[in-house]
Amino acid sequence: MPNVLAILEQRSGDIKRVSHEVLTAARVLADGMGGEVHGLVVGGPGVATDGLGAFGADKVLVASDASLANYQADRYAGIAADQVRKGSYAAALVSATALGKDLAPRVAARLACPFVSDVTDVKYDGAIIVTRPVYAGKANITLKISATPCVISVRSNAVTPKANAKAGSVESVAVSGGEPRARTVEIKHPERAAIDVAEASIVVSGGRGLKGPENFKLIEDLASALNAAVGASRAVVDAGWRPHAEQVGQTGKTVSPNLYFAIGISGAIQHLAGMRTAKTIVAINKDPDAPIFKVADYGIVGDLFEVLPKLTEEIRKAREG
Amino acid sequence: MKIAVCVKRVPDSEARIKIDASGKAIDEGGVKFVLNPYEEFAVEEALKLKEAAGSGEVVVISAGSDASQETIRTALAMGADRGVLLKTDHIPLDPLPVAKALAAELAEGGYDLIFFGKLAIDDYSHGIGPMVAELLSLPCVSAIAALQIANGKGKAEREIEGGVEVVEFPLPAVLTTDKGLNEPRYPALRGIMLAKKKPLDVKDVALETGGLDVLSLSYPPERKAGRIVGEGAAAVPALVDALKNEAKVL
Repeated sequence: MPNVLAILEQRSGDIKRVSHEVLTAARVLADGMGGEVHGLVVGGPGVATDGLGAFGADKVLVASDASLANYQADRYAGIAADQVRKGSYAAALVSATALGKDLAPRVAARLACPFVSDVTDVKYDGAIIVTRPVYAGKANITLKISATPCVISVRSNAVTPKANAKAGSVESVAVSGGEPRARTVEIKHPERAAIDVAEASIVVSGGRGLKGPENFKLIEDLASALNAAVGASRAVVDAGWRPHAEQVGQTGKTVSPNLYFAIGISGAIQHLAGMRTAKTIVAINKDPDAPIFKVADYGIVGDLFEVLPKLTEEIRKAREG
Repeated sequence: MKIAVCVKRVPDSEARIKIDASGKAIDEGGVKFVLNPYEEFAVEEALKLKEAAGSGEVVVISAGSDASQETIRTALAMGADRGVLLKTDHIPLDPLPVAKALAAELAEGGYDLIFFGKLAIDDYSHGIGPMVAELLSLPCVSAIAALQIANGKGKAEREIEGGVEVVEFPLPAVLTTDKGLNEPRYPALRGIMLAKKKPLDVKDVALETGGLDVLSLSYPPERKAGRIVGEGAAAVPALVDALKNEAKVL
């Protein structure tokens, strides 16, 4: 039976929300092929598995061992590839997070099979058909996958998780694999954990209009009022005002949040490429001719130093009210 | 220290993309092509390591058409020693055939380190580096933002959501580079002149077709026209109202 394997990501034992997106995408393919969706969770003892049936997992395979609590690339790749072989899966899907981007090509190479990264849409029409952005979203490419199995990474926030109750029965699988070639020895966490710009459902980005790194406090205040991630334009990252992890654009992160604020960002083509798939875009800029207004759903023309404090205050009120 | 850097020729990030008559590829006319920006970090890191070691060789390898010679020369102008072009007129979108061709070339080289950019800004695929590592059974750390090499061992940091992973590995190894690793040098005029005389070996390769067929290339849907809700701080209440009651995103 052509089943689909959804490789589900956990951090600190909790399944990440993006895993529900992967299950939803896997369900689309499995339903098209008349097969089942099996989730694969690799992690430490006691890793959470409940609730996965609700998002369409017929079965959840768990490979757990104390040495697997954190991502170990070689071990995780070995386990995933073994499961794809054993289960003769038609496809293996994983979220295109930092972990998935690293893991997916390794699994594909071990299986000597096609790999497609960062897909935003999947369907089954006699074959698996995927769509993904290329040239950082300046175009979309639709591909037919003509070999089995295949490995697909799914872009965060591109697929809306759908409740679809299935059995979700949990089954332990053997932890395979020998010595890893490389070893993750530590995970450093910043003192105040920031929301990652690629995963956030709201992003507040600032650009050169902020005039200096000290003024990003205004961006941070608005982000905090919205429980949003802070983003930045290439100009301010290159100027050293903000860390590159926050950069949105073709040489930064490509984001698809529900709500994106572009503040003091003129809207260079490489920036637009990174955020044009946001569902709602708000632009605040003093230049009424800035290209960012061409993609924005809502714009305010004005001095961001006057607009931002007021906006933060009004949002706080609206969220409390 | 013998180091390979694998590079790709890609359209400049400011380039406008036009789909050609076939509907399956871009029209390359008038498009400026550059060395993939993420591979500038790879070239820089390789040069720094060679300089720190006091000796060694940095070899730049690319798979692509004849035009990729120019891309290799850019890396040679930065200071790499020689280039290898795996010449092919068609690069399939499936990364596996490309990874196989590169792995076959790299396997013979006796490299201590093999660098790639973390992704190419054209196909936005992040697969080639880790795939090559798997095909060569080498340790691999992808998307690195910090690197130390000493006594045949390496330690690299890679950013993950809300943190940084620290990974240790023995050499030889494959690394893919992220922005933030270093500040790439610009090729100086002298470097550009020297690069013209550096050896560049062109080898014809036949890539497998891979398991992905292009059905179509299309422009993203146009965003529906938005509106300016007003000017200055006075427009804030109207914006918040629209976000709450119209877009329903608050």
